[in-house]
Amino acid sequence: MSTYYVDKFLYTVDRDPEWLRQYKEDPEGCLEKWEKEVGCWLSDAERSTCLDLTDEERAALVHHDYVWLFEHGAHFFLNLTIFIALYDEEYATRSGPLSFQREFAAKLQHWVGKEYPSVAI
Amino acid sequence: MAELTAVLASTHHPFYYKATTSPPAERPPFAAAWQAKVEAYRETLTAANPDVLVMVGADHFHQFFLDGYPQFLVGKAPRYDATFYNEVREFGLPTYVLQGHTELSGYLLQGLLDRDFDMAFSHELKIDHSIVCPIITTRPQADLPVVPVYTNIFAPPMPSPRRFYQLGRAIREVIDAYPSHLKVAAIGTGHLSLELGGPRQFGEHGPDPEFDRKAIEWLATGNIDAILENVTHESLSAAGNATAGFMDLILMLGVAGPDAVADYIDELDLFHTREMYLTWYANGVPDGAPVRSLAENLHELEAVAP
Repeated sequence: MSTYYVDKFLYTVDRDPEWLRQYKEDPEGCLEKWEKEVGCWLSDAERSTCLDLTDEERAALVHHDYVWLFEHGAHFFLNLTIFIALYDEEYATRSGPLSFQREFAAKLQHWVGKEYPSVAI
Repeated sequence: MAELTAVLASTHHPFYYKATTSPPAERPPFAAAWQAKVEAYRETLTAANPDVLVMVGADHFHQFFLDGYPQFLVGKAPRYDATFYNEVREFGLPTYVLQGHTELSGYLLQGLLDRDFDMAFSHELKIDHSIVCPIITTRPQADLPVVPVYTNIFAPPMPSPRRFYQLGRAIREVIDAYPSHLKVAAIGTGHLSLELGGPRQFGEHGPDPEFDRKAIEWLATGNIDAILENVTHESLSAAGNATAGFMDLILMLGVAGPDAVADYIDELDLFHTREMYLTWYANGVPDGAPVRSLAENLHELEAVAP
């Protein structure tokens, strides 16, 4: 697991409309590009050489699989906000306000009453 | 010395602005009642007539991230941009440039360091909705200088509830000792039980109404002993995965003081979380200032109960 790197992806993509657009339209291409252009950089000049995604993390991000991400410790706020950005509008148009957020909750119902996976790294 | 005229502790809700400023036909059915509660609460700050606001909030992974997340931080800038791109996108919040108060920021930072709180500081701090929301609800003209204090209620491991309370006590000491003629109000926002990104989010009520009931009574009666006996990181998580925001309300009780009974207590059950609005007039109730007792609050709750 490299939860930090997953969170870094969610954090940096959510804050940038152009990265969000790419993540919506071409998740696989976006992730590949992001790792080269954003993920492996600490700042504009300093490269991070210590971060990598596992195959499972890569697959979860490519498939917008917020259930897997929740279950493997991605931060709950980042994991919610980015997928609201991707899906809220089309769900709201089709099924009313907050319908995406309610579907998100419904897919996690098996966690009610249990201790959630920790978001501590 | 400076005079602390009011301590406000409330929940913050980024949906409020859009719910109450959209065209009437697009507003949710609860918007009018919500707006009435908020505008009544605003009068407590107006009556306290502050010159400067010490504002306690928490960055929701807007500026700070896991490559370096401060536990406690004081903003020291002369001005603060406020509201991030993704808050405009998700909540429709307006942007601001808030004036800072570098003298009080510096005095607070040094005073807290002198009291063994090893605060981080920032000279380039952009304010997020944890402070923008109370600006909108309690001082929408956004005309007063602010001293931001950020806490970590978001990225575990976090400081203990006891430490939040102690920081509140220390902030109070520093404000009381500040050599100035200014009137200061302290405003902090957080959450009652709240779930975000989990199975209990956006339900009919908050995830743990029983916790909310106790939490409001503890805060309103200044019962820090009950809070410290009952509230742990684990109990907060059990009440909802984002309930750690309650620790900022514990901090505000620290500013108000032990056994301080709130002068104004109100709440509103929204569809997925409970709103709470508390004010302590820290140096006596100003002339004409609104007061609302716990009994009055409970009476209204009983009256509207199904």
